[in-house]
Amino acid sequence: MSENLSGFAYLIASVFFILALRGLSSPETARRGNKLGIAGMFIAVVTTMADPRVGSFELIVLGVLIGGFIGTIVARKIEMTSLPQLVAAFHSLVGLAAVFVAIAAFYSPEAYGIGTVGNIHTLSIIEMSLGLVIGAITFSGSVIAFAKLQGIMSGNPITFQMQHSLNAGIAVIILVLIITLINAQSDNIFWALAFASFIIGFLLIIPIGGADMPVVVSMLNSYSGWAACGIGFTLSNPALIVTGALVGSSGAILSYIMCKGMNRSILNVLLGGFGGGAVGEGTADKGDQSAKAGAADDAAFLLKHASKVIIVPGYGMAVSQAQHALREMSDLLKAEGVEVSYAIHPVAGRMPGHMNVLLAEANVPYEEVFELEEINHEFSTADVAYIIGANDTTNPIAKTDPQSPIAGMPILDVDKAGTVLFVKRSLSPGYAGVDNPLFYADNTLMLFGDAKKMTEEIVQALG
Amino acid sequence: MDLTNVQDQASKVATHAYKLLEEAEKLANQTTQLADLATAASSMGFLSLFTIFVLACFVGFYVVWSVTPALHSPLMAVTNAISSVIIVGGLLAAGPYEVNFSTVMGFCAVTLASVNIFGGFIVTQRMLAMFKKKK
Repeated sequence: MSENLSGFAYLIASVFFILALRGLSSPETARRGNKLGIAGMFIAVVTTMADPRVGSFELIVLGVLIGGFIGTIVARKIEMTSLPQLVAAFHSLVGLAAVFVAIAAFYSPEAYGIGTVGNIHTLSIIEMSLGLVIGAITFSGSVIAFAKLQGIMSGNPITFQMQHSLNAGIAVIILVLIITLINAQSDNIFWALAFASFIIGFLLIIPIGGADMPVVVSMLNSYSGWAACGIGFTLSNPALIVTGALVGSSGAILSYIMCKGMNRSILNVLLGGFGGGAVGEGTADKGDQSAKAGAADDAAFLLKHASKVIIVPGYGMAVSQAQHALREMSDLLKAEGVEVSYAIHPVAGRMPGHMNVLLAEANVPYEEVFELEEINHEFSTADVAYIIGANDTTNPIAKTDPQSPIAGMPILDVDKAGTVLFVKRSLSPGYAGVDNPLFYADNTLMLFGDAKKMTEEIVQALG
Repeated sequence: MDLTNVQDQASKVATHAYKLLEEAEKLANQTTQLADLATAASSMGFLSLFTIFVLACFVGFYVVWSVTPALHSPLMAVTNAISSVIIVGGLLAAGPYEVNFSTVMGFCAVTLASVNIFGGFIVTQRMLAMFKKKK
């Protein structure tokens, strides 16, 4: 294939990738967009295979078969509730692939036309180092994020003294190593650079708490894009650069949206230490306040006689897999003539859009699911707000107490609804460690129990 | 007589060798010049690649803001799949006939990226298939 032709093919692949993302502006166009993405990937791979530098196909075909097999099995078997872990695991693979490509380029620069061993062009070695460093950070960071999401590792932030100084020190070492590598292209320095990058990836993610994982996963998504960009510059391949930039900006925007959803700066999230620490306090010293507890029958009665119900799902719904029972409940309510809709907070769940996917899995039509800004004014006209597995995202303290850790965080105004039904195991505070005054409000009825079990009981009472 | 003859021939060979050396030096010079030119060309290439990069960032920015928040999970899965276009680097590394350390690294990169490509697109497809309209 001539150089012009392959350049053109890479351009088409890039355009297809852009259209794949563009399609996601609505569920109808999204499915077509995904097909275009697959076509783009196919074009990019075939074009590279036709490159005269690629002579033998045995290893390549073997790699694609092995990888494709594993990927297909995993993607078909995975439970939708485990989606955040899966995405974190996939990010780690992109990072590691970038590391492998950087190693290959360092040991066989001729294959990429970037110089000879020990004598790689300065610009190329900088680009390669960046690809290596970002790739390695993406890998080790994603491994930690995966472990925290999967529950292999505690979701509590791990902090120790001098943590930030240590990270800063390693960052300086990485910078020095890159500069040294430009002048003396020795194997030892290259591997030291890879090692330091792996280490800082681990260290950067361990202080970040479990519920901040949406930000971390988005950020690692962004990193995997920038790693691809670094490799793209090394290979002078525009398709890689364009794709890397798309993915990089996508992850950055998602991180921004998540941070805004919590009214915290990205720096505040990344420095970590948030959440976990204050859990357990708050339940004490509430002698003057008492929460009203109700049973499933009371809830069923209230729901049945409402004319408008808004359901507010949170991470707890995902944990107990309550989405199917929830849909059954709303079907029964709709049969009674009740208007039912769902309100999703931007940081609900463990990854952006997590709740939407789970509700979609339970066959909830997406027209009934609304974002915070779309539905927040509706709570004042709702008879019942049914909160299942959410807590901090409904806490009115965010508006009233400027000293609170969640001050300024946009919340769902569930307290404006006629009655608040709060499904929860206990009165313990949420991730932010802040007590929720909503538990003790006059119009709140606490439904203590497992989210799924409680909803199923309500379904029975309704039927 | 034989001796002078040999001496004569030796000096001839010597001058010949010297001339060859000179030519080789000239060639070497030309090669360096060409290499310099090539470096200059590749640094020009950097500017155009950088232009592509910056413009792509802008495209990404506007396209991603238009994604509906309900589809942020599929967005993550699909960006994850397309960032595996890094497989291109793996293919180039695994391509040469001679199997060495770099081709093995290339093979590893191709395998990992393939897990992601297949896994990422399939899981996106699965998610998107679930988003249904009201019946």
